[in-house]
Amino acid sequence: MATHPGGLITEVRPAVRTKQLVRKFGDRIILKELDLTIAPGEFTALLGRSGSGKSTLLRAVARLDHTVEGSGELTVPERVSLSFQDSRLLPWLRVLDNVILGLRGPGARERGLTALEEVGLAGRDRSWPHELSGGEQQRAALARALVREPELLLADEPFGALDALTRIKMHGLLRELYERHRPAVLLVTHDVDEAVELADRVLVLEEGLISVDLAIDLPTPRSRRDARFQEYRDTLLTALGVTQPPPTA
Amino acid sequence: MTDLLPTARTGGPAVLTKGSAPPAAPPQEPGPPVARGTRRRLGPGRPLPFGRLIGPVLLIAAWWAASASGYLDPRILSGPGSVISTASDLVATGRLQDNVLISLQRAGLGLFFGVVSGVVLAVAAGLSRSGEYLIDGPLQIKRAIPSLAMLPLLILWLGIGEEMKATVIALGVAVSMYINTFAFLTSIDNRYVELAEGLDLSRAQFIRKVVVPGSLPGFFVGLRLGVTSSWVGLIVVEQINATSGIGYMMFQAQQYAQSDVIIVGLVAYGIFGFASDAAVRAIERKALSWRRTLAG
Repeated sequence: MATHPGGLITEVRPAVRTKQLVRKFGDRIILKELDLTIAPGEFTALLGRSGSGKSTLLRAVARLDHTVEGSGELTVPERVSLSFQDSRLLPWLRVLDNVILGLRGPGARERGLTALEEVGLAGRDRSWPHELSGGEQQRAALARALVREPELLLADEPFGALDALTRIKMHGLLRELYERHRPAVLLVTHDVDEAVELADRVLVLEEGLISVDLAIDLPTPRSRRDARFQEYRDTLLTALGVTQPPPTA
Repeated sequence: MTDLLPTARTGGPAVLTKGSAPPAAPPQEPGPPVARGTRRRLGPGRPLPFGRLIGPVLLIAAWWAASASGYLDPRILSGPGSVISTASDLVATGRLQDNVLISLQRAGLGLFFGVVSGVVLAVAAGLSRSGEYLIDGPLQIKRAIPSLAMLPLLILWLGIGEEMKATVIALGVAVSMYINTFAFLTSIDNRYVELAEGLDLSRAQFIRKVVVPGSLPGFFVGLRLGVTSSWVGLIVVEQINATSGIGYMMFQAQQYAQSDVIIVGLVAYGIFGFASDAAVRAIERKALSWRRTLAG
């Protein structure tokens, strides 16, 4: 198992860099001087048991945690897009207006229509959000995230509220869009399979620190039946304390 | 209905287990259409076109019947017939139009200033802490004081002219606009605020795309109450030292015991109130077409 070669990326300006990042709620320290570097265009998944601080880290990187006490250095790119567990479409804006919300410059509508086409929602631009299915709403949210051409895409369990079938489709779509646009991605998830299938690097957060930093060296699209997929999966499940480590042969 | 459902359920599988003899009709078809109604079970039912008029029309019909049968003494309450002939007399002399016009102007002016100031105050109080601390308290106090109670002071300050009349109306309207708009504005989902921050919306964009549409339902609740309160305010101010308006016309009719003229005035007020509320509802339906509610 190769750990991530952290020393190689110092040449390029990283997409995310945290140095001794601390976040605490009262006396409870959630992030303990956490150091993390994500290279431009790197697809990173962040795993961790609930309460391990995944969301706290993501919200810190997204700079949504004004009210949380903390310290440390944090560098993020200028164009950051966020995607949440709920699609968070404004119910009073039509789908296209949701996608291009806050988009500046000419040609915003055209770019929005292109983004909708990319996520398979061509022709739904005039619909109201409540007229879309859960999966379609999440697609629209993805279009809203990508139309901004982000250097960094932060996703907080974006498929958590979807049914299993829709989730499989969304995995394929996300990976496809990632390969076309190449933003750095930080995907928070509690699904080990999802992490191994989508990400090229998987981090495990444990008690406020990164305990495992694993590069996934598999060609895409990945099959869950692949023996090496299972190997990565077992390593991560062990790191998460779900299964006992296999006895050494 | 209850005994139809089991029939629908057992009908299909019973045929299928036979296997050898193919059924004449496909087994999944004979679902009784009664079981699946088109009406939402817990909803209020299907809307009727112009259904809102049924109540008022029935009321007028009852009035008509009572006075035509002689049950209603015309000295107490004139019948619809004499009210209509009085109304046409008043229209012929131009008295009704002149008074209606001046009343509409007063109510309209008061409503306009009340709506504008109520909304501006609500936005200012909702979007900034200092605004809330400065504005919310005084308006809650004003809410507890009826406009009528302010009347002596306002007459002292503004006299008995049109400014006083528009101010009294505007004060009442502004309070209901403020209370409802502010309540909806401050309860806009925090997740949308987070989204707006994530999308780097400017303050102006945030107000236009999130705050205004998010508090629009409250704005309309306030507007409907405000429209009603503008008519109430109008009636109050037109009975104090007015020399024109529907209220003045009615007040004079009282002196000469002309109950038909009073009814004409009441009907005019009623029509205005009903029509303006219907207009606000229509605008509301159009502006809030994105909402899915129990009624719609």
